[in-house]
Amino acid sequence: MSLSAEELETLGREGAPLPLAETSSATPALTSRRGVLQTVWRALKTAPLTAWFGLIVILAYAFVAIFAPLIAPFGESAVVGNQYEPWGGKFIFGTDQLGRDMLSRLIYGARNTIGIAVLTTGLSFTIGGVLGLFAAIVGGWTDQLLSRAIDMLMAIPQLIFALMLLSIFGSSVPNLIVIIAVLDSTRVFRLTRAVAMNVVVLDFVEAARLQGEKLGWIMSREVLPNILPPLVAEFGLRFCFVFLTISALSFLGLGIQPPTADWGSMVRENATLIAYGDVTPLLPAGCIALLTIAVNFVVDWFLHKTSGLRDEH
Amino acid sequence: MSIKEAEAQLSSAGTTTDAALKSATLLQIEGLCIEGQSEERWHRIVKGIGLTLRRGEVLGLIGESGAGKSTIGLAAMGYARPGCRITAGRVVFNGRDLLQLGESDLRRLWGSKIAYVAQSAAASFNPAHRLIDQCVEAVVGHQLTAEDNAKRNAVDLFRRLRLPAPDQFGLRYPHQVSGGQLQRAMTAMAMACRPDLIIFDEPTTALDVTTQIEVLAAIKDIVRQFDTAAIYISHDLAVVAQMADRVMVLRYGELVEEAPTRVMLSNPQMPYTKSLWAVRSLRKEEEAGEKILLDVSGVDASYGTFKVLHDVNVKLPRGRTVAVVGESGSGKSTLARVITGLLPPSSGSIRFDGKKLPARLKERDKDLLRRIQMIYQMPDTALNPRRRIRDILGRPLKHHLGLTGAARQRRLLELMRMIELDERFLDRLPSELSGGQKQRICIARALAINPELIICDEVTSALDQLVAEEILKLLLRLQKELNVSYLYITHDLATVKAIADEIVVMHQGRVVESGPKSQVLTPPHHAYTELLLSSVPEMDPDWLDAILAKRQGAELGASPSG
Repeated sequence: MSLSAEELETLGREGAPLPLAETSSATPALTSRRGVLQTVWRALKTAPLTAWFGLIVILAYAFVAIFAPLIAPFGESAVVGNQYEPWGGKFIFGTDQLGRDMLSRLIYGARNTIGIAVLTTGLSFTIGGVLGLFAAIVGGWTDQLLSRAIDMLMAIPQLIFALMLLSIFGSSVPNLIVIIAVLDSTRVFRLTRAVAMNVVVLDFVEAARLQGEKLGWIMSREVLPNILPPLVAEFGLRFCFVFLTISALSFLGLGIQPPTADWGSMVRENATLIAYGDVTPLLPAGCIALLTIAVNFVVDWFLHKTSGLRDEH
Repeated sequence: MSIKEAEAQLSSAGTTTDAALKSATLLQIEGLCIEGQSEERWHRIVKGIGLTLRRGEVLGLIGESGAGKSTIGLAAMGYARPGCRITAGRVVFNGRDLLQLGESDLRRLWGSKIAYVAQSAAASFNPAHRLIDQCVEAVVGHQLTAEDNAKRNAVDLFRRLRLPAPDQFGLRYPHQVSGGQLQRAMTAMAMACRPDLIIFDEPTTALDVTTQIEVLAAIKDIVRQFDTAAIYISHDLAVVAQMADRVMVLRYGELVEEAPTRVMLSNPQMPYTKSLWAVRSLRKEEEAGEKILLDVSGVDASYGTFKVLHDVNVKLPRGRTVAVVGESGSGKSTLARVITGLLPPSSGSIRFDGKKLPARLKERDKDLLRRIQMIYQMPDTALNPRRRIRDILGRPLKHHLGLTGAARQRRLLELMRMIELDERFLDRLPSELSGGQKQRICIARALAINPELIICDEVTSALDQLVAEEILKLLLRLQKELNVSYLYITHDLATVKAIADEIVVMHQGRVVESGPKSQVLTPPHHAYTELLLSSVPEMDPDWLDAILAKRQGAELGASPSG
C-alpha cells in the first residue's frame, strides 16, 4: 500500500480501473437494498397466522387513526343526539352520556390514545436506551450514579408517582407524555443496561476501542444492533403498558382531559351503562385489548425470528 | 488339591468368558444418515456411516469441525440435537436398536449403560450444586444403588482419577476447582454407573497441555481399569493416538479411512489422512532481528490488589515474531492488555519504536492506535455479528486513513486478495463464514491500516489443525511481504515452532526463560520449559505411557533424596 487515497482516486478516474470501481461500488448497494426487501418478504411469507393477524390489526388501527376525520360520521365532541341512545339507526353504537356519537369517538380515540402511546414509548426508549447504553459502556462511577438514581425513581410506585407529578404540573397532553415516558424509561434503562453489559465484554467492542472509536460509535454501531431484539420485544410490551397507564390515569380523571376522546376515559364516562346490562362501555376496552394482543403477536413472531430459537423436533 | 484344581478351572472359565465378552459387539451402527437444519432447509451432515465397537475397545473419531464427529457421537446414544434429525440407519446397542426406542427407554439407558463426557465441563456442570451430588445424581436417579453407597463409590472414583483430597473434593462447587479437575469430575460422573460405553467429546480440547496430560492419563487409566468401551472424539491426532485402539478419519460426514491406531499412524492410505499427518511439520527458519520495535522492561501489573505480572521483560525486533508461551493464568494475555493500554502497568515502562508508550488507551493518539493492532482468540466474538464484512473492514479504512468511495473499494479488494478470500464475502455477515474465514477477516481488519505491531492472542487455538496451519502460513507470508512484527501469545508449542523467531516462556506472571527459538528449544531447559515441552502429545501411541513412567520414575528417584 504505497498509493495514497488521492492517487487511487485519480487512478479510478483515468482509464481501465474505472468501470471496475464503478460497478463494484454500485452493485453492492443495489443488492443490499434488494436483499432487505427480499428478506422482509421471505419473512412475511413464512410468518405464522398469529403474526399476520397482528400485522393486519395494527395496520387497520393505524389507518383509522390517520384518517379519523374522513372516516368518522360525526365530529369528535359534537353533541348530535340524546343521552345514551341505543345502538342502530343513525348511531351505530349509540351515543354517550352527553349525546355524542360513540363510533365517532371510538375512531378519534384511536388517534389520541395510540398517538400519545407511541410518542410516550418512543420517548421513554430514547431516554432509557441512551442512558442504559451509556452506563453499560462507560461503567464505573458513571454507571453506579445512574443506576442508583434510577433505583430511587423506581422505588416509588409508578401510578402514584405519576398522579402526584400530574397534580403538580397540571394534566396537559405534553406533561402526560413526558411524565409517563420518564417514569417508564427506568425500566427500559435497566433492561438496556443488562443486555448491553453482555455485549460490551465481547472482543469486537474491545477491538473497536483499540481502534480509537468514540463512545457514540460504539453505542450506536457496535452494541445497539446486537441488543435490538430484546429491546424491540420490550417496546411491544411497554407500548401496551403505557397504553394501560394512560387509560388508568384517564379513568382516574388525570389523564387526557375532556372533551378529547380517548378509550380510557370513555370507559369511565359510560360506566353506568354496565349496571343496565349494556355492553357499550366495553367497546373502548375491547379496542385496547385487541391492539394489545395484536402488538404482542407481532413481537412474539419477531423475537422468534431473531433469537434463532429452534423448536425441539 | 481338588479345590485348587477347581479354582484353576473356574479362573480359566472366567478368562474365556471374559475373552468371549470382549470380542462381543457392543455397539453397531449401520448406514447412519443425519440431517441438520439451517436457514429452513435440511442438509445432510452425516452420510451413511457404519461402525462397530466391541466391549472394552476405544474407538477414536478424527476430523475437522463440521465433519460430523460430535453428531455421530450423540447418535451413538440414539440422540439427535435440536435442529438435527436421524433420517436413516440403525444404532444397535447390546442387541437393541436405539432409534426404535422411546424417550423413556432411552432415558433408562443414558447415564446407566451409556454415558457422555462433554467438551466443556465448566458449561456442563450446574454451578448451584456440589460436585458429588451431581456425580451421584444419575446413579441414584436410576435407582441402581442407595445414595450413601453411590457417594462412597464417587469418592473412590475421585481417588482413581487422581483428584486431590478425594474425600473432600466432592463437597466443592464447580467454580471452586480448576478446569482439568472439573473435566476429571465429569469423567467420574460418567463412570459412576459403570456404563458399558462412554462417549468422550473432545474432553481435553479446552485445556492446557500440562493439564491435558493429567486428564488423558486419568481417562486412559480408568477406561482400562473398568474395561469400558469408549468413543473418543477429537481433532487432535496425537491425543487420539494415545487413547484409541482403532481410529476412524471423517470428513464432510463421510468415512475417509479406518484402521487400528498403529497401522493408521505408520501407514495412512488416503491423501486427506496424509495431509492431516503433515500438519505438524510447519517450521519457520529462525531469523535474528536488529532494530527493536517493542521494548517491555520491568513491567508489573495487577488487577485490583492481585498482582498478575512481575517484572516482565520482552524485546520484539521489527519484522520478527516473538512467541509468548505459558499455560492459562501465566499472565500472557494480561501482557497483551498492558501493551494495548487496556490495563496500565503499575511500574516499568514500554517503549514502542524508541518512544515511551503512554500507559492508558485514552492518552494514545490515533496514529499510535493505528500502529498497534490485535487479533483475538475467538473469531466468533471478535467480529460484530450484525455488521457486514464490508462495513467491518471498511470502517478502519475510513476512520484512520480517510478512504472513501472507489479508493476504499480498491483497498477492500486488495485486502481480500491478501487474505485469499473471494470478494463476494464482502457482502456477507460473519455468521455466514466458517471459523477459519472469520479469522482471516480478523487478520484483514488488523492489517487494513498498515500497522507495525500485531498482537496475536491464541489466534489458532479455536481452529482445526488444517485450518490453523493455513492461518499460520498466511501470517508468515504477510510478515514477509509487509515487514510487520507479531507478538504471538499461545500455549501450543507446535505453533511456536511453526511461527516464532524468539520465545518468551511465562509462568505465574514471570518470565522464566527467553531467547532465540533454537536456544530455548534445545536443552538444557528451565524446569518449567521442560514440563511444557514434554507435555505436548506426540504421534507415537506409546508416548503417554512412556512419559508417565518417566515422570513417576523421576518422582520416585527424587523422593528418597528429598
